[in-house]
Amino acid sequence: MLNVGKIEEGFVLDHIEAGKSLSIYHHLQLDKLDCTVAIIKNARSNKMGKKDILKVECDIDTLDLDVLAFIDHNITVNVIKDGEIVDKKELTLPKEIKNIIKCRNPRCITSIEQELPHIFVLADEEKEIYRCKYCEEKAGESTYSW
Amino acid sequence: MRHLMNPLDFSVEELDRLFDLADDIAANPAKYAHACAGKKLATCFYEPSTRTRLSFEAAMLNLGGSVLGFSDAASSSASKGESVSDTIRIISCYADICAMRHPKEGAPMVAASRSGIPVINAGDGGHQHPTQTLTDLLTIRALKGRLSDFTIGLCGDLKFGRTVHSLIAALLRYSGIRFIFISPPELRVPDYITDRLREQGIEYEEVIRLEDCMADLDLLYMTRVQRERFFNEEDYVRLKDFYILNNEKMSLAKDDMLVLHPLPRVNEISVEVDDDPRAVYFKQAQYGVYVRMALILTLLEITV
Repeated sequence: MLNVGKIEEGFVLDHIEAGKSLSIYHHLQLDKLDCTVAIIKNARSNKMGKKDILKVECDIDTLDLDVLAFIDHNITVNVIKDGEIVDKKELTLPKEIKNIIKCRNPRCITSIEQELPHIFVLADEEKEIYRCKYCEEKAGESTYSW
Repeated sequence: MRHLMNPLDFSVEELDRLFDLADDIAANPAKYAHACAGKKLATCFYEPSTRTRLSFEAAMLNLGGSVLGFSDAASSSASKGESVSDTIRIISCYADICAMRHPKEGAPMVAASRSGIPVINAGDGGHQHPTQTLTDLLTIRALKGRLSDFTIGLCGDLKFGRTVHSLIAALLRYSGIRFIFISPPELRVPDYITDRLREQGIEYEEVIRLEDCMADLDLLYMTRVQRERFFNEEDYVRLKDFYILNNEKMSLAKDDMLVLHPLPRVNEISVEVDDDPRAVYFKQAQYGVYVRMALILTLLEITV
């Protein structure tokens, strides 16, 4: 088994569905941060069979992790300080998500005006339903951009 | 500054004030004849809709204002690739208020977010057409004297009909409304609407034959089966003549039942029904002008 060393301060995102770690890397814009990131794909998991893990060494206030709740709320977020887990972060669904998913409604204004941000608003927290801010199309499988 | 994107943008109290103003305009048109003198309405219609555009223009002219605009995308700068955001910034320099019709859903909302003047959504694709809903509500209130405690039948294309969906959402805010949905199984009202009615404990019934419920209705809202909503011509041809309201069916209805229709009709209401005093769809078009006059005054914050 491949071993990746401990981090001093940052996050360990565990229980990521196998194969999704790279898209999460992009959604969290980790490519824009000057920090150490370990992407572990297809790690063995008792719970999931196989899973992905992301280890991010950074200041713990740097990242907005709420978007993870939208992507997959089964992800476990371990907050690391001085090499130890100090917190397991509760993920809450963001009220609004911007440029994470695309509206695929061919009648939506975003289909012809390319510069508009794709914004989805949390319409029903209980049922976890997001709707396009412009045309109110429900976010579904067909709207995911990853 | 306020805009109108969705019929639910106004609270019930705000709608009451709007309808009171529309009633006063209907009763005293001369009082409002110069209320918008010096003001300009821009009608930005990216797709043709003669009736709605003329209704807005008549409303502004009745208020003593002026109108300018375009009536299809080909005659606007959109044909050169200009964005809605840029267009509205320019229009804001030319006019005091804008009514926008656009085939793409959410376009008026994008315009409103960049606009220096109030924007009225005059219809965006299959999404919203709030001034039609305001027209329907004003017609019911003016002719029935109330917006609560009645049984309304909605008939025709309940699946794709945005006027129907908007009207249901608007009526849910009033008490004692019972809905009867009359449609072929293929054009049933969407589940998200019936789910919401059940959640809110609102009484509704779904029937296929108009004759089965005519006697129960206080209001009948007829709609057209729209060819442009179908991908398959065969389905359209099969369903377009499913309902035809004629004098025989009208004979089953109450004496004070009212028939509404957002118009244009094709053949779903037989011409013989036009002479029945319960057919109020042409009056509805007149109420559409009054409610747009009241809306223009409200958004421009003009009091008379």
